[in-house]
Amino acid sequence: MANEKIYYSSIQELENNPVIQELTEKEFANEAPEENSVEESSTSRRDFLKFLGFSTAAATIASCETPIHKAIPYVNKPEEVVAGIANWYASSYYDGHDYASVLVKTREGRPISLKANKDASYGQGLSPRVMGSVLELYDSSRLQHPTKGGKDTDWKTVDAEISSKLKSIGGSNKIIVLLTSTIISPSVKAIIEKYKTTYSNFSHVSYDAVSYSAMLDANMDMFGKRVLPTYKFQDAEVIVSFGADFLQDWTENSQGKDYAMGRNPESGKMSKHYQFESNLSLTGSNADYRFPIKPSQQGLLLVNLYNLLAQKAGKATLSSTPSKLDAKLKAVAKELWAAKGKSLVVAGGNDKNIHLIVNAINELLSNYGSTIDLDNASYLRQGNDASVNALVADMKAGKVGALLMENTNPVYTLGNGAEFASLLSKVSLTVSFALRADETAALCNYVLPNNHYLETWGDVQPTTNYVGLIQPTISPLFNTRQFSVSLLALLGEQVDAYEYLNSFWKENLLNGRSWNQTLHNGFVTVTSEVVESTETESTEDSEETMNSTVDLNTVANQLKSMSKAGSGFELTLYTKSGIGNGSHANNPWLQELPDPVSKATWDNYLTVNLSDAKELGLENYMVSNGGINGALVTLTVNGVTMKDVPVMVQPGQAIGTLGLAVGYGRTASGDCGDGKGVNAYPLYKNFSLTSKGASIEKTEDATDGYEFALTQVASTAMDRSEVIKETTLEAFIADPKAGTDKIFLETHKGKKHVEKVSLWQEFERDVHFWNLSIDLTKCTGCAACVVACHAENNVPVVGKEEVRVGRDMHWLRIDRYYSSDTTKENTPTDGLGDVIDLYLNMEKPSEKPEVVFQPVMCQHCNHAPCENVCPVAATSHSKEGLNHMAYNRCIGTRYCANNCPYKVRRFNWFQYSGNEKFPYNMNDELGRMVLNPDVVVRSRGVMEKCSMCIHMIQKTKLEAKKAGRQVADEDAQTACSLACDTGAMVFGDVMNSSHEVAELKDSPRAYHMLEQLNTQPSVVYHTKVRNK
Amino acid sequence: MHYESPIREPLILEDKTYHEITEDIIRPIEGKANKHWWIFFSISLLTFLWGIGSITYTVSEGIGVWGLNKTVGWAWDITNFVWWVGIGHAGTLISAVLLLFRQKWRMSINRSAEAMTIFAVFQAGLFPIVHMGRPWLAYFVMPIPNELGTLWVNFNSPLLWDVFAISTYLSVSLVFWYIGLIPDFAMIRDRALTHKKIGKMTAKVYKILAFGWTGRAKDWQRFELVSLVLAGLATPLVLSVHTIVSFDFATSVIPGWHTTIFPPYFVAGAIFSGFAMVQTLLIIMRKVCNLEAYITLQHIELMNIIIMVTGSIVGTAYITELFVAYYSGVEYEQYAFLNRATGPYWWAYWSMMTCNVFSPQFMWSKKLRTNIMFTFILSIFVNIGMWFERFVIIVTSLHRDFLPSSWSMFSPTYVDLGVYLGTIGFFFVLFLLYSRTFPVIAQAELKSIVKSSGSQYKKDSHHE
Repeated sequence: MANEKIYYSSIQELENNPVIQELTEKEFANEAPEENSVEESSTSRRDFLKFLGFSTAAATIASCETPIHKAIPYVNKPEEVVAGIANWYASSYYDGHDYASVLVKTREGRPISLKANKDASYGQGLSPRVMGSVLELYDSSRLQHPTKGGKDTDWKTVDAEISSKLKSIGGSNKIIVLLTSTIISPSVKAIIEKYKTTYSNFSHVSYDAVSYSAMLDANMDMFGKRVLPTYKFQDAEVIVSFGADFLQDWTENSQGKDYAMGRNPESGKMSKHYQFESNLSLTGSNADYRFPIKPSQQGLLLVNLYNLLAQKAGKATLSSTPSKLDAKLKAVAKELWAAKGKSLVVAGGNDKNIHLIVNAINELLSNYGSTIDLDNASYLRQGNDASVNALVADMKAGKVGALLMENTNPVYTLGNGAEFASLLSKVSLTVSFALRADETAALCNYVLPNNHYLETWGDVQPTTNYVGLIQPTISPLFNTRQFSVSLLALLGEQVDAYEYLNSFWKENLLNGRSWNQTLHNGFVTVTSEVVESTETESTEDSEETMNSTVDLNTVANQLKSMSKAGSGFELTLYTKSGIGNGSHANNPWLQELPDPVSKATWDNYLTVNLSDAKELGLENYMVSNGGINGALVTLTVNGVTMKDVPVMVQPGQAIGTLGLAVGYGRTASGDCGDGKGVNAYPLYKNFSLTSKGASIEKTEDATDGYEFALTQVASTAMDRSEVIKETTLEAFIADPKAGTDKIFLETHKGKKHVEKVSLWQEFERDVHFWNLSIDLTKCTGCAACVVACHAENNVPVVGKEEVRVGRDMHWLRIDRYYSSDTTKENTPTDGLGDVIDLYLNMEKPSEKPEVVFQPVMCQHCNHAPCENVCPVAATSHSKEGLNHMAYNRCIGTRYCANNCPYKVRRFNWFQYSGNEKFPYNMNDELGRMVLNPDVVVRSRGVMEKCSMCIHMIQKTKLEAKKAGRQVADEDAQTACSLACDTGAMVFGDVMNSSHEVAELKDSPRAYHMLEQLNTQPSVVYHTKVRNK
Repeated sequence: MHYESPIREPLILEDKTYHEITEDIIRPIEGKANKHWWIFFSISLLTFLWGIGSITYTVSEGIGVWGLNKTVGWAWDITNFVWWVGIGHAGTLISAVLLLFRQKWRMSINRSAEAMTIFAVFQAGLFPIVHMGRPWLAYFVMPIPNELGTLWVNFNSPLLWDVFAISTYLSVSLVFWYIGLIPDFAMIRDRALTHKKIGKMTAKVYKILAFGWTGRAKDWQRFELVSLVLAGLATPLVLSVHTIVSFDFATSVIPGWHTTIFPPYFVAGAIFSGFAMVQTLLIIMRKVCNLEAYITLQHIELMNIIIMVTGSIVGTAYITELFVAYYSGVEYEQYAFLNRATGPYWWAYWSMMTCNVFSPQFMWSKKLRTNIMFTFILSIFVNIGMWFERFVIIVTSLHRDFLPSSWSMFSPTYVDLGVYLGTIGFFFVLFLLYSRTFPVIAQAELKSIVKSSGSQYKKDSHHE
């Protein structure tokens, strides 16, 4: 019955095909290879060994590949982030001193550089410190967690502990003090007001490390407003500054821009600038007339100037004594009076009497309302010396129960910092909101680390008419929390920073405007202070009338008695453009930024006049490796002794005066800033930047002297008119070509300009031809471009030792030349001996020099000496007038650098990135996040130089191409031209005849540096015009 | 057999016979090295090792271990390079130019002079490679066809010309030297068979080196012809190498470098320094190897005359440079030369002047130029002076050029010193090895003048 089912896999099988049968019986359908087939095969044993060897070698070689750093793609890509495309966000920068309205460039979520927010109505001057601030975000030595007693803890614990302590102190008879640097944030001020209402014993003390209190007090006395005015340097025809370094570091950063706007020889409108000062400042270096004076004379000179003007105005004069400079003052007074209402007198220092007189002078000149604006006041300085002194007294008396400190480092910056440090232990609760465990924070019970401003939501009101927003461009890198949130948390309010700011603005500032649009713009304009501090008793009467309570005669008498000659030197403390008050000491870019005047990096030093130095046997001398050494001295000022202070002999320093920069000698700033220079704050007694009776004594046992690191060791331009060309305004008006002499050669076709006589073939030109125009008249030497270039092009920091031996890597440097008393014109030579003497004397700077700043970067020669000497053609020319550098082709013969007449090429002597011998940002995982991904990081042994920011040009061209349009005039920029707020640097396409640079290139003032070499640079300089 | 006037001084003294010449030349090869050789060799070897250490350190750390900076991009590296190339000039001049001029006196010195040339060019060749920031990419200077098509060397660059000039010079010198060595190697090979004083393996090496030389008339005829052709080829090279080296400077824009007088000035300087180095070496060698009969006072005097002449040419060049700088009216040029003589490197300039311009003038006196001790000291002076010449040209021109803002100084480091002394060590290691393994005098050639310039022959012809 078995109905056997048959399973078959094919019809052939069912049909019992013999072939299939045969196949099914075999294990394998095809025959297995037999012994003899191996012999028959063409693969011999040797071949097998060859294959084996080859594959082993190949596998070995494959495994030798350099380690691959994988880029991790986004799992969920944020909509607004496109890899390779930068996003810009409007924000504001304020660190208690510098203010700037900025646009933050972010790449793949990382903020990497800043530029000015051109739409903002205020704050377009970006100082080197602002430019360098992005690097501080990626500082791995910042505090990464809240700490209690120096140990890491969590936010819950600190919030709970501190708020309960605050509550108990709030109920006691002790006071709670919030000590901060100037706060200009309306939203933070509102929180402070909240504190005031919560705790009746709460007070807020504003403290500027470098105080402007006297100026504020003078304004309070005279105008009833404890504010600084805003200045309009662009409208001033005559500017007289008594020690105010307004181009570098005074009340606002945007003054350089305004100043340059008022100095335009082409328009015939050029301000005349007089500077009376003791240290040779950046501002003094730019002055048309500069008079070195002792700081004690400043008051007397001002009184005399007042009297001269009062005579002209027919007003009562003040009692005074004559001074040596009265004749000069007379001329100054005459000029000022002629420019009445269009002049400006400003003064530095922290002496109320001086500022009262200055105010009175400006009053006489009717400058209020024209060049000085008190209605649109500046809030950037609010520190109050009296309150700080009162706080110290209260601490001494044990009255202070809690001290909260934000963005301030009094242990380091106070003249009596050591005392303050000891008094901190008397306060039962000390809290710091510092970014890092600085000198003060290290002594506090709690540190609640603040966010970097690029991680912060916030707002700023730098002036009456402007309120800006701060928006974060990256999530907090560490477990930190922004100040406003911390403050609220200590009040028991747990809020989100964004929510708080948003609701605050909706309530107070938006007035129906769109939040998103406002955030995009970065600012709103207003008409009054958003949150007024309740302690500031401002009088309603804002009429700019002289307050009768100020008795100028008393002021004059006090100033007169001050001017009496004392014994010893007079010391003036100052701040440097890089390090400022010292809070940025751990920023290697700023440390390596040369001082604009002395060209020293990584250091501060005592500046001494040449004759004084000679008398005391102090000298700067060059050693065999080109480094400059200086003497060490012991400095004694009013009982404070500082040992081993290096001395820099400074041309232009007033006789009998000394200068010393604060901000150095940090001990808890981080590895990069610690131990650099000496701390001058102990000399900053009673917030006075100047002191009399200083004495110095040479340290005799210092045999080798102190080793400075200068980026430029020569002082003068050796009267080389092909390098620096200058003229006076008068001569320029008479003949626009004055001072801009061109070299002509006799040829068989008659006289020809040297650049028209050539053996070379011209390079083919394409649609673009890029030129950079640099106006030496407008350039103030502020060095913002240097830091901008550093950031944009991943320029390595090499450290003090390397800078000293002439290996700084700056692609863009600012050459500074002092004038010499000896010129070829004024010194007749008769014979070889005279010539030798002439050249030796021309090397020596004048004791009262005129100064020229000349930014120098690769000149992008169209007949480039570097290009034809490179054996491997690693540097070659583009059709667009640029000199290219192919790093991966470079073998490092340095021939190009030798043959470069401008010496702008920089060689990678060592591996600067990822090398622990160079412990700066490039040797730190976090620090490398600041690197611009558009620019390659160079390896050792390679030559590098300015590329004219070719990556930026390329981006501009591509964008125009995508949009199907021509490259717009203002689109193409370099990092330096973007950073240049004075308009001295203009970059653009000269093939585009409508572009400004096309016009500038043909200006009568335009010249090529070293034109006799016929290198035909793409960088054009403009003769410096002095208003003389 | 050419006729030579009997009143000419004999070129071979002590009545040497053919066999005695063979014995004298082969003695160091067959014998054992003495203590002095070992001491000197050990010192040289140690110095060489220090040099290797310094070079290794440079290559592993970066050029930053030298004293260079952003302004002075070349200093000791290229100074040493030009110095060694210059030294390497005498050999070819002696063997090629003097061969063409039929100066028979060259025969007892050409072998060592050529050896010196080759060893000096080795040292010289090291520097352009070591001085590179990335020496492992040195092959980039070769025009190697590649897939990138446009990626090619820059034929405008004098550095590239250097590559070809030096490598051509080295290869021609090497071939010329070797061709001359063949009959001598054959002599050693043949003696190894009969005298058995040389180890078997060594004898084999000499056999290979002898290149199947049989001494047939045809061999000699070809030998003469090749020598003549090579001499013709090498003669322009003597002039071209240093001309091209001088182009490194002359074609640049740097004041003090940009000078049209450089090619002849450099060639004269090179011959000057080359002969000085030959003097230094041969005065020692003739003493140590007992070669006084072959390298006679007459040889030394003749070389001294060449030193005096070329030294005077160099001196004239220095003065011409100064005059042209003054006469040009170009401020930068004037300052460059003023700075050389009176600036921070005045001591280098005046060392150069003293050694190169003033000291050879002593050679006008027959008494001094036939004084061996004096010649030896003077040759050292010239070597020092010529090193300073290159240092002065390179460093003093660079350290203060156009823009005063970039003015700088140069100070060498221990590594700079190590690399330099290392090459001197290397040079002597090679030369000492050579003096024990190679026939230091071209004996086969020398034997051809025994019957015309040998002292025995001169005496005989007097008696006739």
